[in-house]
Amino acid sequence: MTRTARISWKLLLPLTAAAVLSAGVARAAYPERPITMIVPFAAGGPTDVVARIVAENMSRTLGQQIVVENVAGAGGTTGILRGAQSAPDGYTIMMGHMGTHGAAPAVYPELKYDPTKDFAPIGLAAGTPILVVARKDFPAKDLKEFVAYVKANSEKLNEAHAGVGSVSFTTCSLFNSLLGANPTRVVYRGTGPALNDLVAGQVDYMCDQIVNLVPQIQAGTIRAYGVALPARSPALPEVPTTVEGGLPEFQVSAWNAVFAPKGTPPEIVKKLSDALRKALADEGTRKRLLDLGGDVSNVAAQTPEGLQKLVESEVARWNKVLKATGQAK
Amino acid sequence: MSDLVPNLALGFSVAFSAQNVLLAFTGCLVGTLIGVLPGVGPIATITMLLPVTFGMEPTGAIIMLAGIYYGAQYGGSTTAILVNIPGEVTSVITTLDGHEMARQGRAGVALGVAAIGSFFAGTFATLVVAALAAPLVRVALLFGPAEYFALMVAGLAFAVVLARGSVPKAIAMILVGVLLSSVGTDLETGVERMTFGWAPLSDGIDFAVLAMGVFGFAEVLRNLDVNERRDVVKKPIGRLLPTRDDLRRSVAPILRGSLLGAALGILPGNGAVLGPFASYTLEKRIAKDPSRFGRGAIEGVAGPESANNAGAQTAFIPLLSLGIPPNAVMALMVGAMTIHGIVPGPLVMTKNPSLFWGVIASMWIGNLMLLVINLPMVGIWVRFLEVPYRLLFPAILLFSCIGIYSVNNSVSDVFLSAGFAVAGYALLKLGFETAPLLLGFVLGRLMEENMRRALAIARGDLAHIVQRPISAAFLALAVIVIAMAILPAVRKRREEVFVE
Repeated sequence: MTRTARISWKLLLPLTAAAVLSAGVARAAYPERPITMIVPFAAGGPTDVVARIVAENMSRTLGQQIVVENVAGAGGTTGILRGAQSAPDGYTIMMGHMGTHGAAPAVYPELKYDPTKDFAPIGLAAGTPILVVARKDFPAKDLKEFVAYVKANSEKLNEAHAGVGSVSFTTCSLFNSLLGANPTRVVYRGTGPALNDLVAGQVDYMCDQIVNLVPQIQAGTIRAYGVALPARSPALPEVPTTVEGGLPEFQVSAWNAVFAPKGTPPEIVKKLSDALRKALADEGTRKRLLDLGGDVSNVAAQTPEGLQKLVESEVARWNKVLKATGQAK
Repeated sequence: MSDLVPNLALGFSVAFSAQNVLLAFTGCLVGTLIGVLPGVGPIATITMLLPVTFGMEPTGAIIMLAGIYYGAQYGGSTTAILVNIPGEVTSVITTLDGHEMARQGRAGVALGVAAIGSFFAGTFATLVVAALAAPLVRVALLFGPAEYFALMVAGLAFAVVLARGSVPKAIAMILVGVLLSSVGTDLETGVERMTFGWAPLSDGIDFAVLAMGVFGFAEVLRNLDVNERRDVVKKPIGRLLPTRDDLRRSVAPILRGSLLGAALGILPGNGAVLGPFASYTLEKRIAKDPSRFGRGAIEGVAGPESANNAGAQTAFIPLLSLGIPPNAVMALMVGAMTIHGIVPGPLVMTKNPSLFWGVIASMWIGNLMLLVINLPMVGIWVRFLEVPYRLLFPAILLFSCIGIYSVNNSVSDVFLSAGFAVAGYALLKLGFETAPLLLGFVLGRLMEENMRRALAIARGDLAHIVQRPISAAFLALAVIVIAMAILPAVRKRREEVFVE
């Protein structure tokens, strides 16, 4: 407990200093009270972990606490809708991700926000690479053999995913469509139970975020065939990329990015964006993200303009992929 | 197995550091407090306290969060006994006889037995976790979708048996529960079912929302019915510690409950929820006079409470040895460990032995803490009953509303709960038990999902489910249990006819 106490004092000192300084100025500068960051998923999930790590560093830069509020539901769209409708004053921001700001328009026909129009993008935080994994006795030694086997036997195979609209579902839709594969898609409530059945050999393969899979792969309870990134992940350096494995078209990452509601003043957007980039450049924060298998290499999208471009291209891509597999409505 | 002693010694050396003992104590105290506040569950609390643990070293952080979890389990039973509000799924059963005991002025004894049973079960489960964590996981992996489906069917069969009163009414309530569980977006197709286009229903109904409505609020309404004159208040509080006779009656149920709970807790599909139900059913079945159950039988508190606590602890087995969380609280633990740079999985035991064994040893310390915190405080909890109901009910309603809101940070959940309260009150008035409804709700969703998975894997072949030995055994058990439920009823009616 003493350590916590010491740390909160460390946090408090600059806060008090900032308070004293700002009292001298006629109009207090942003931010003068804590900022709420809506995470549209349950606490403990990959997006939540990224949000908490980034928010901690941003809080220090901004001199105000960023409070994470988990508003889960409807594949993350509930929380994002609430964020989009909140006051554009910089005191409510949100952590969107590949699903809420990429695949959602294709998955939810009645989506009440437009990822490309209703937000003031702040910047990309971190992505978690997608990995194709299979049960440990799958008859293929590398990605090439795996692809060939799936192509030849897809009707007999079972692919596990965590529900329509989930990261595992959308990314494996892309994988299947690239292969022209048509496996039986077995649905689970979350990737945890799906992984359990993969370890037990009840299902054949799945696509998921690297952070969920690292311990199982290291223990040899499942087999990893390819990281869907241009370069190998430092968290799993022994697993080759899809480029090396002969499936370079399969490039996908479950990215997480910070957004503010549309109409947030540009100077506030800049302040938040600068704080975010500072956090991502910080040695300690960067290391924590990398240790999780996080990917912070896409520097271009860490700016508001870069993120806007990413969102536009992702919405277009997922619309095409999910329509092709017949899952978009 | 031979490593057990040195491993536990390592664990205790970690867990007994002044800092970690203090953290375990803090966790248990906070957990008990939030468990006692109706509606504020361990999930909400662990989420809120997660940032506080950032500055601690990982073992201490996990020990504290785990303490909150056991504490909340215990606190949830306190509200189940005193105000008929189950704080957690696993304390639903405790309301049946525990609250009845409180009505008879034996609240103190009920709380005391719950504490003693929980401590024994906790000690037993700690040993199970320490000795069998690794080998048991292999058993758990034998459970595929078909086995889970059969297990859930057996669970629902238990639900019929444990209901008081008419069997058709119980079956009706279970079916309503199953029906409610199917509300929301269908996982497989993304189609919304029975949501009437109302967005808050698109993720289905939350357990806390339903339980608070049909149990908590409905109970408040029913108590208001009796015109300020709550029978409990008039009764003496009674002694706090169980009598020798109470203890004699409780010993066997505690032993059986610990075994059942520990065994079911290991199953990765949140099998822990079945423990208390299974224990209650067993006790009622083997009792000389089953009619005492539901009327304040101490066995009906001792068994399920032990099962509840044992299951809460063995639920750590899939998490610590497989890295796969069996329920929402454990999923949160994964997040907490991940934030601290430890990714739970099969390698934690070898890579971080001091964390692994430290957390296990702290489980026992946590249970000791709970006993130390709770036995002297039983008097305080019981005094809640002396507060005039006109003062108590607004407080219960207020805390319940805060609790429901905090689950999903959603206002519509509070309204939904109010709707369920009206329905629950109507059901009470019409003589329907709401416990089977809740059980149907919890198990219904798991049953449907696993059945669809099993059928998808078998390409629609129903025989697949029946042919597998484990699932066949569970299905047979379900048939036997149902037959037993119906037979005594038949027998009783015969006897009545004879008397006439």
